[in-house]
Amino acid sequence: MPDLIAFLEPDLAVIGRRPAIIADLAQLLPESCLITEERELVPFDTDAFVSYRRMPLAVVLPETTAQVAAVLKYCNDNAISVVPRGAGTSLSGGAIPQEDAIVIGVSKMNQILEVDYANRAARVQAGVTNISISQAVDADGFFYAPDPSSQLACTIGGNIGMNSGGAHCLKYGVTTNNLMGVRMVMFDGSIVDIGGKALDSSGYDLLGLICGSEGQLGIVTEATVRLLAKPEGARPVLFGFETSVAAGACVTDIIGAGIIPVAIEFMDKPAIEICEAFAHAGYPMDVEALLIVEVEGSDAEMDAMLARIIEIARRHGVKTIRESQSATEAALIWKGRKSAFGATGRIADYICMDGTVPLGQLSYVLAKTSEITDRYGLRVANVFHAGDGNMHPLILFDANDPEESLKAEMAGNDILKLCVDAGGCLTGEHGVGIEKRDLMRHQYSDADLAQQMRVRAAFDPKWILNPSKVFPLEGRNGSQTGNQSALAEEGKAGAARTGKTAA
Amino acid sequence: MQTNFTAEQLADSGVAESEKILRKCVHCGFCTATCPTYVTLGNELDSPRGRIYLIKDMLENNRPADKQVVTHIDRCLSCLACMTTCPSGVNYMHLVDHARVHIEKTYKRPLMNRITRALLALVLPYPGRLRASLYAARLGRSFAPLFRAVPGLKPMAAMLELAPPSVPRASNIARPGTHAGAGEKRGRVAILTGCAQPVLKPGINEATVRLLNRIGVEVVVPEGEGCCGALVHHMGREHDALDAARKNIDAWTRQIDRGGLDAIIITASGCGTTIKDYGYMLREDPAYAEKATRVSGLARDITEYLATLELPAPINGAGLVVAYHSACSMQHGQKITVQPKALLKAAGFTVKDPPEGHLCCGSAGVYNILQPEIARTLRDRKVKNIERTKPDLIATGNIGCITQIAGGTDIPIIHTVELLDWVYGGDKPDGVPAAVKATL
Repeated sequence: MPDLIAFLEPDLAVIGRRPAIIADLAQLLPESCLITEERELVPFDTDAFVSYRRMPLAVVLPETTAQVAAVLKYCNDNAISVVPRGAGTSLSGGAIPQEDAIVIGVSKMNQILEVDYANRAARVQAGVTNISISQAVDADGFFYAPDPSSQLACTIGGNIGMNSGGAHCLKYGVTTNNLMGVRMVMFDGSIVDIGGKALDSSGYDLLGLICGSEGQLGIVTEATVRLLAKPEGARPVLFGFETSVAAGACVTDIIGAGIIPVAIEFMDKPAIEICEAFAHAGYPMDVEALLIVEVEGSDAEMDAMLARIIEIARRHGVKTIRESQSATEAALIWKGRKSAFGATGRIADYICMDGTVPLGQLSYVLAKTSEITDRYGLRVANVFHAGDGNMHPLILFDANDPEESLKAEMAGNDILKLCVDAGGCLTGEHGVGIEKRDLMRHQYSDADLAQQMRVRAAFDPKWILNPSKVFPLEGRNGSQTGNQSALAEEGKAGAARTGKTAA
Repeated sequence: MQTNFTAEQLADSGVAESEKILRKCVHCGFCTATCPTYVTLGNELDSPRGRIYLIKDMLENNRPADKQVVTHIDRCLSCLACMTTCPSGVNYMHLVDHARVHIEKTYKRPLMNRITRALLALVLPYPGRLRASLYAARLGRSFAPLFRAVPGLKPMAAMLELAPPSVPRASNIARPGTHAGAGEKRGRVAILTGCAQPVLKPGINEATVRLLNRIGVEVVVPEGEGCCGALVHHMGREHDALDAARKNIDAWTRQIDRGGLDAIIITASGCGTTIKDYGYMLREDPAYAEKATRVSGLARDITEYLATLELPAPINGAGLVVAYHSACSMQHGQKITVQPKALLKAAGFTVKDPPEGHLCCGSAGVYNILQPEIARTLRDRKVKNIERTKPDLIATGNIGCITQIAGGTDIPIIHTVELLDWVYGGDKPDGVPAAVKATL
């Protein structure tokens, strides 16, 4: 069965030069930072979007920004593609390599460089895991707010690449709202510092541009992130409903009443069963939909906000309400939620969608999602950030059944289109990667895309950075899709031509 | 995760089991975060997900093991932190065990590596041989720095350095027999005498028997017990491991038939993980499968068993601050996390959880001999974390960790059961600080 998503045709000239390229890389990095044996390259052929796999030409795991710069300069000089990689937890295939590309992984750059409470900032290397920032400052009463479900493993570099969110972003914002500065290696190996500890920096908001650019504008090697003081207390509360529609309407009304809890998470029955089996968190099993609403602050604040939320929930016929009574119980409630995707692996393979819709459309989109998966004869489990309308339908399938795998992808595409048609967008936090790349035309006009590609080309004229991702392959460069060698000679003209062709 | 095996490949039950395990993995990458070698080396090849992928590739392609795969599998501590982390329920333990057997069958290791491994397999599981070797090691200790300078001889240097400066006298407790409980009989258990532990720290099982007897539990040291097989099992020597398992199963089954057993008590958690897996290891041996499952079902860590009994009021020891080091085989292998700390607290100790408690200390059976550099890095990290809690002493439930951690700190490290025996009326274990601090 053919793949639904194509990669760029590998540049055979580059592949032909492989031995020489490896010899050159060996001059730039210590031996322990360079992986070139075929056997050892296999484990880097995918990320958490495991349906697609491509072998890389080589993998480098630099230990310093200077090494990243040396490799990037070399690749740009020689028109070799580069795929940046954090912990390889991308659900959209953002870190999947290609046969003619060198993977630059930041996993060895895993040090917290500086904690500065006076400026409420931490400076960390890009390979630091999301959770380890919070762990490092926890004892002093601080934390780093964005909390993707993969926060245990995912890196801050990857978070910046995808502008990651998480359950608690409803109140605190996503990565871009908590990022103060980056040190980034540009396509040509030059090293730039953007932003810093000050609350604002001069000139254009380049940080806003870089955050979420999916490794196409440069490789971030260090980040300065915002630290926040931990609340006095936090209490997740479980609200069980007899229908998804009622739960969805309750979310809309909570937000509509001007209440912003820290998190409002939604699970439907299949998701509740999956998560409870793993975490034994005590989720109600006799309901069709569950909301985890977390409030925080002093006891009085929490009680006050909770009373208002309970009143709204009662209006929507809430069946069960359970407040967590201890820190252990709260931890289990979140453990179940944050492990939802992985725990799904116990019963089936899955792909996870990431469409975001206006809150008023939650119930409609949930119902339509079920219709779509029913049409393909597939099961779906919904577990998502309801408070900000970021849907995560998990489409269940059997990866050893090629036909079912294809159906799952097609159902996924239909669901994402549904989100766009409902006034939302393709991705809330997982990024476009390869997964949603070909759907970009459903969301953007050719003129929009051409403009975005011009920006991209301004940062990476030869399109060496993560080239198979984000932008549909057609219409990039006339007849020759993604031919970087041709682009290399034309320089910026390549991007301009892409724009012209598309427009 | 998608797999590619032919029906013919799946006819092999080991491959079939591995395939089932691989199908559960969704490649989410959570396991990398809590893997000690990934945290140390920052290379996915030295993480569970990387190893799972290497094993998958090797098995799917029916390939003999090669240098690259062996390098990364050998670096795995089998600490099983990944299994605690994995939301998908991937049984990494059985997968890596299968891979190790495959390696042992299909790969010829370099000469020095073969010699070292053969030596370990020939000596460690046998208390008499180990005792003799430790005496020899005392003589050879001065050669350690020399050996360390030669790459192939580093494990020899590690062995010499781990050997204790003096070897305790063999304990009478290790001899087959029955130790009757005092007063009303509250239970009857067998105790695993083990292999390395009774040579290095005979006091651990002595304390166990004393404590159990004192509270009315009869303890049997069965005739014919030996090493649990974990050491050779982790080296991929399947045949030797299964032989060791069968021998123990026979010894305990005789006791079950003779007077019944409430539990098989294990005082080294590394052994506990393996004995609890006997049922799986011997699932295809019709003569043993059932007996093995029964034995696995009776196996209990000493703290697991003690937690089911009512203990008297503490007599000694209140006021000490204890950092509890949970052995990987305890917390990840057997998922015993609550009981040891609860027992220590009930006994009057102030119990501290060191940061990064999920990370291995680097002992991991014979890992600290075969991979001395990574083991040392992990040990130093572990000691630093423990010392941050400023304890009077360290408690743990595994002899491997005791030896490993003791090599990196001056804080005394004592087996949990020795502390409990002392608190409930036994002698003070060697190393417990003389002056009990008053922490009122």
